Amino acid sequence: MVNTSDILETIRMIQDENLDIRTITMGISLTDCIDSDITKANTKIYDKICKKAENLVFVGNTIEKEYGIPIINKRLSITPISIISAATQSESPVAFAKTMDKAAETVGVNLIGGYTALVQKGFSAGDRELIESIPEALSETSRVCSSVNIGSTKTGINLDACALMGRIVKETAERTVNNKCFGAAKLVVFCNAVDDNPFMAGAFHGVGEPDCIINVGVSGPGVVRSALSKYKGADITEIADVIKKTSYKITRVGQLVGTVAAERLGVPFGIVDLSLAPTPAIGDSVAHILEEIGLEKCGCPGTTAALALLNDAVKKGGVMACSKIGGLSGAFIPVSEDAGMIDAAVCGSLTLEKLEAMTAVCSVGIDMVIIPGDTSHETIAAIIADEAAIGMVNNKTTAVRIIPAIGMKPGEELDWGGLFGKGPVMPVNTYSPAKFISRGGLIPAPLHSLKN
Amino acid sequence: MRAVITVIGKDNVGILAKVSGVCANLNANVTDVTQSVLDDMFAMIMLADITNMNTDFSVLADTMTELGKTLGLAIHTMHEDIFTAMHGI
Repeated sequence: MVNTSDILETIRMIQDENLDIRTITMGISLTDCIDSDITKANTKIYDKICKKAENLVFVGNTIEKEYGIPIINKRLSITPISIISAATQSESPVAFAKTMDKAAETVGVNLIGGYTALVQKGFSAGDRELIESIPEALSETSRVCSSVNIGSTKTGINLDACALMGRIVKETAERTVNNKCFGAAKLVVFCNAVDDNPFMAGAFHGVGEPDCIINVGVSGPGVVRSALSKYKGADITEIADVIKKTSYKITRVGQLVGTVAAERLGVPFGIVDLSLAPTPAIGDSVAHILEEIGLEKCGCPGTTAALALLNDAVKKGGVMACSKIGGLSGAFIPVSEDAGMIDAAVCGSLTLEKLEAMTAVCSVGIDMVIIPGDTSHETIAAIIADEAAIGMVNNKTTAVRIIPAIGMKPGEELDWGGLFGKGPVMPVNTYSPAKFISRGGLIPAPLHSLKN
Repeated sequence: MRAVITVIGKDNVGILAKVSGVCANLNANVTDVTQSVLDDMFAMIMLADITNMNTDFSVLADTMTELGKTLGLAIHTMHEDIFTAMHGI
């Protein structure tokens, strides 16, 4: 039998420390919906999504009540639309985004990911059209998320795609300027994108995945911070051990919820994404864990080392706790979604350059960073290229989700509310990388030996 | 299958009777109770077998939450599996 202190610990984690399941994401393959007639393809897509996911929200809510654990989001990821839209050639792929939006609304999920193109080595039929349509797609839908993979460790970095995405990110922000440039918050540019990521905005259902699958993303920065607060005088090895043990417990809940959800929905259980995903709520911050470890403010010297320890310990604890691990797995550092990161950015301790260094040792990248609206598209492209280089060389996933705040200057604030949070406009180095970006071509894949 | 019902709040007459009364009405068999009263604070953990319950788990959870509101107590009803999953290997 479970003992009393364990029961009370679990309840405290949920009630006081914001332990939750961040997302149950159903991945749905749409490869059987390909049709050269765009109307037929859209009908097939709508019907398939609605059929597969009709009980997703109901099952999620039932599990939430039964186990007493909040499940914050129920979401969908689908096959990259560029693969589907390629068959329809001259038609605008925006119709697919509208179908995704409608299907997501019908089944009651708040976000659907997969308005995606994979162009790490080059553009195939339909890729360019899809990417060019992203600003329109994200401004005319509310639930659709988009991602583009522009590099990988095996292929190198597609610099033409970086240049294109620099322009697309800016255009997306411009087209949604009346909605606080929110479109750009639903657009992720990846290097080494993964096929089974349950987290938005970068989720899509990879082509090697089964027809339908359930992936789970856990959370719990508040639990880790609270556990560490009891070890004021501990040395850093002991800190790593505490994080491992806490991560084990958090991940066990993810494994349980995923297993039960998959069973009830009659689809295979995919993976648990071992992540510490913050929210803007007080007590749910990754930055505050780093500060609990001993930094005066997130972003000061020592941040990268502390984050490396945190990220590694989270994985080590989680690996034992679940049968299949995947997705992005690690500590997330989205600035606007983390109360401690917001504070650190406002006071100037956390800069874009330090964030870039931090992404070398954690999941995932320059995430939810608000930059001045007059930042050139070449500079955005170069930020993407820099981040992709870190991912390519270190054999890890990196991403860029930056929001050019049109008409705003450093120090001003953009506030979306809810899980997306708010943040200050962060200054960006204004010297121009335009010539580098305009060269185009492919940055060759790195050497896999002679490592130094 | 068992539910873990935890009750925390200010002590009062008849808390145990009312909580177990809800279990009896729904045909959930109480198998274990640990309770203590410390400085006027009441804390109880009750285990109830819900295999033959005559309704859904959500009804049990909602009824307990409502009862808690009436009595001014925090009552949480959770499936036992979440505790065994989290604290076992």
